[in-house]
Amino acid sequence: MSRELLELSAAEAARRVRAGDLSASELFEFWRGRAEGDETGSYLWVADAPGDEPESGPLGGVPVAVKDLFCVEGVPSAAGSRILEGYRPPYTATAVSRLREAGAPVLGKTNQDEFAMGSSTENSGFGPVRNPWDPERVPGGSSGGSAAAVAAGTAPWSIGTDTGGSIRQPASLCGIVGLKPTYGAVSRNGMIAFASSLDQCGPFGRTVEDVALLASVLVGRDPCDSTSLDHPEGIALPSAERLDGVRLGVWGLGEEGLEPGVAEQVRRALGLAEELGASTEEIALPHAGHAISAYYVIAPAEASANLARYDGVRYGKRTEADELLDMYELTRHDHFGEEVRRRIMIGTYALSSGYYEAYYGTAQKVRTRIVEDFRAAFENVDLVVTPTSPTVAFKLGERTSDPLAMYLSDYYTTPMSLAGIPAVSIPCGLSEGLPVGLQVVGPAFAESRILDAAHALERAIGFEGVPRT
Amino acid sequence: MTEVRAYEPVIGIEIHVQLRTRTKMFCSCENRFGAEPNTLTCPVCLAHPGTLPVTNAEAVHLALMIGMAFGCEVPERSIFHRKNYFYPDSPKGYQISQYDHPLAVRGRLGDVRIHRVHMEEDAAKLVHAGSSGRIHGAERSVVDFNRAGTPLVEIVTEPDLRSAAQAAEFGRLLQATLRRMGVSDVNMEEGSLRMDANVSIRPAGEATLGTKTELKNMNSFRFLERGITAEIERQEAILHADGQIEQETLHFDPRSGSLTSLRSKEEAHDYRYFPEPDLVPIAPTPEMLERARSALPELPAERAERFERDLGVPAAAARMLAFRAELGDLLEAALAADGADARALANWVTNEVAARIGDSDPGDTRLEPAALAALVGMVEAGDVPRSAAKDVLGVLVDEGGDPREIVASRGLGAAGSDELAEIVDRAIAGNADAVEKIRAGNDKAIGAVVGAVMREAKGRADGGEVQRMIRERIGS
Ligand SMILES: [Zn+2]
Repeated sequence: MSRELLELSAAEAARRVRAGDLSASELFEFWRGRAEGDETGSYLWVADAPGDEPESGPLGGVPVAVKDLFCVEGVPSAAGSRILEGYRPPYTATAVSRLREAGAPVLGKTNQDEFAMGSSTENSGFGPVRNPWDPERVPGGSSGGSAAAVAAGTAPWSIGTDTGGSIRQPASLCGIVGLKPTYGAVSRNGMIAFASSLDQCGPFGRTVEDVALLASVLVGRDPCDSTSLDHPEGIALPSAERLDGVRLGVWGLGEEGLEPGVAEQVRRALGLAEELGASTEEIALPHAGHAISAYYVIAPAEASANLARYDGVRYGKRTEADELLDMYELTRHDHFGEEVRRRIMIGTYALSSGYYEAYYGTAQKVRTRIVEDFRAAFENVDLVVTPTSPTVAFKLGERTSDPLAMYLSDYYTTPMSLAGIPAVSIPCGLSEGLPVGLQVVGPAFAESRILDAAHALERAIGFEGVPRT
Repeated sequence: MTEVRAYEPVIGIEIHVQLRTRTKMFCSCENRFGAEPNTLTCPVCLAHPGTLPVTNAEAVHLALMIGMAFGCEVPERSIFHRKNYFYPDSPKGYQISQYDHPLAVRGRLGDVRIHRVHMEEDAAKLVHAGSSGRIHGAERSVVDFNRAGTPLVEIVTEPDLRSAAQAAEFGRLLQATLRRMGVSDVNMEEGSLRMDANVSIRPAGEATLGTKTELKNMNSFRFLERGITAEIERQEAILHADGQIEQETLHFDPRSGSLTSLRSKEEAHDYRYFPEPDLVPIAPTPEMLERARSALPELPAERAERFERDLGVPAAAARMLAFRAELGDLLEAALAADGADARALANWVTNEVAARIGDSDPGDTRLEPAALAALVGMVEAGDVPRSAAKDVLGVLVDEGGDPREIVASRGLGAAGSDELAEIVDRAIAGNADAVEKIRAGNDKAIGAVVGAVMREAKGRADGGEVQRMIRERIGS
């Protein structure tokens, strides 16, 4: 029985619960046991029991693991940071409420880079997460716990957030599917903020269908988030098996930092796409190569303000001192990690009088150019495909002393973040025995189209996940 | 002896107005003054992790009304910025404010140009225990977050004011205008109206501006005037001694009359403004603009002009009636009762009624507008002497009633002409000495005869009328 439950896709499990063929409470207990037995460091908290989620909902009682930075009332929600250790929010994030209302109980809170700042989950204040494919390697980040839990089979599916690649890159490194929706498609209310103009909630799953099903209940305008929008078409469950007439624009296969093994698997997937009826052509995104630079100005700038509230005054950790300024400085020095402090410094500098135009102003101009690049590209192609990560999963500790090398992990994912457009990463093969991700990108609100294409490719690729024990 | 140069002050005012909305600027907490500390809070205004601001549409409406009252241009889009600073009164570590794209620009109030009108949120309130009264050296400081997130409008004038008195007068006009619009409580003591002044001086006749200083948070118009006066004198003294004005922010202590520096230019904050990514721009639609425009009542400046032009009320009285809208309302209600002439009524309202009720609202007394009109009408007709009428007004304010009945029942009516003539005759007969002196040209002597008449008439006679009758009789 348990082997069968482990192999079921989440969408299939939901169908069985709704049909009365599977008990939701049994299902919860099964996954709770799996989460409790996790050995990857994916979980920071595991729920004891489900709430009163309706089994008849579209998510049919299938529990969902939630990245730590989603506020859940009464449940520890620390965004992977020691400064919020023990903090239990007085309210619940809209995304989590929507999942619950659709029938999915919260299974647990997953580990992440502190405040979502990182690409390996090594910046967590609560210890690293290990990649289920190789425990010596990172799962990617910042949503590493949410990705590793699904890959390792300790969660049927999960949600994370993506600011510059934090869903797509760990999905790629863990060999699962991860979707970053259009900016504004999912409410940010209750998501502990990193960079507000980029942060977006999205799902992880073992299949494209699972991801589409979660996404379909996540999207929608929320009166608590002024930047959220109604999804014009909603998200349909994918059904495409062919790609006839679909024009794919290929970007970034000639980049220097791209591992040959990764390039090879991506090329193989493109060959399969052509066999399914798609056409492929190389395209130029002239400014996308500057996305990393712009991203690492804009995101820290916003973060420097977003993280100002962790001052020891109202909640969270405080280091006592006699003078106010000392209290601020000691609290923030003692309880923020090194990467968070580095980005606050970068962001503060970028916004400082006399530097604002040179850094923040220029970065925003680059962002506008990247938006225009994609707009132009989508006049000639239907979708854009790229590698998700230039490399397969790297070793723990390999890049921690070299922030710039770490930042380059986001080379293929930051352009879409800056443009605010949807992108999904699907596994497309192995290189050196480790998964490679293929990124499929569409114009704003084209989630259904990229998921359909991903679904057709998924069938053709036939990727086998990491063996689960 | 060195020549004492004459300087011209140049003053601009920055006003913070708390808007009278049902809820706060970016959350659904009640917006109310005077509640128990920290009872009007929620995760948003306490800046809990993950919370997002949502702009209060009612606040935007009131702010648009303010912009329109000044005849401002309203740009198609205005945006919010984050103003970053660390202090316990700032729960998010930044204030959401408007920066280079304000809600409304280029308007006018009276003869002062309005530079801009923008929206922002108020800070929390800090209370420091201990003798210093400031956070440095305080034994303990506590924060009340009820005020955090209260909707504010900041109004910035051009430096068009040339004296402390003019600045205070402008403040009063602004307060009356906002009060009339109903957009704010405009209570300076409670902090719903706060004023800062930018002050510089320059040699009279020069066009370039001198270095300005900023006077913070003066909580009455009197203190505003005194503070600006003190600052002008301080700057004049510095320039007379060939010194240099430092750009700084000053606090005026009304008790000691002294100015203390809060921070110098070097200590000025770098607020690191950047566009607030959690909010979308404010893009007022034609419907929003029309709704704001049609919500504007007649404003005090227009009303004063109308009183002066249409009713012939003298300028000072017209301004008083317009600035204290409740007095203007009393006048108009009394006029509608059709009992007395407008000028006479305006005179009574601005003098006798104002003196009698002080700062309170005539609507809170027993005085009926029609009764006031009737009383003033009786005075005009000579049916009741002015001095007796003041007593009647006192009765009307305290107890109400019909002025005719009060006059009749208390025997306050003017003495009849026959009765008065007899009294005058008796007084002339009884004061032969005085009458002799008057006939001999000593005009002052008439006082004794008038006094005798008034004593016997017990105030029911008009002094001027009595004098006229005495002169007529003795042929002087
Ligand atoms: Zn609130």
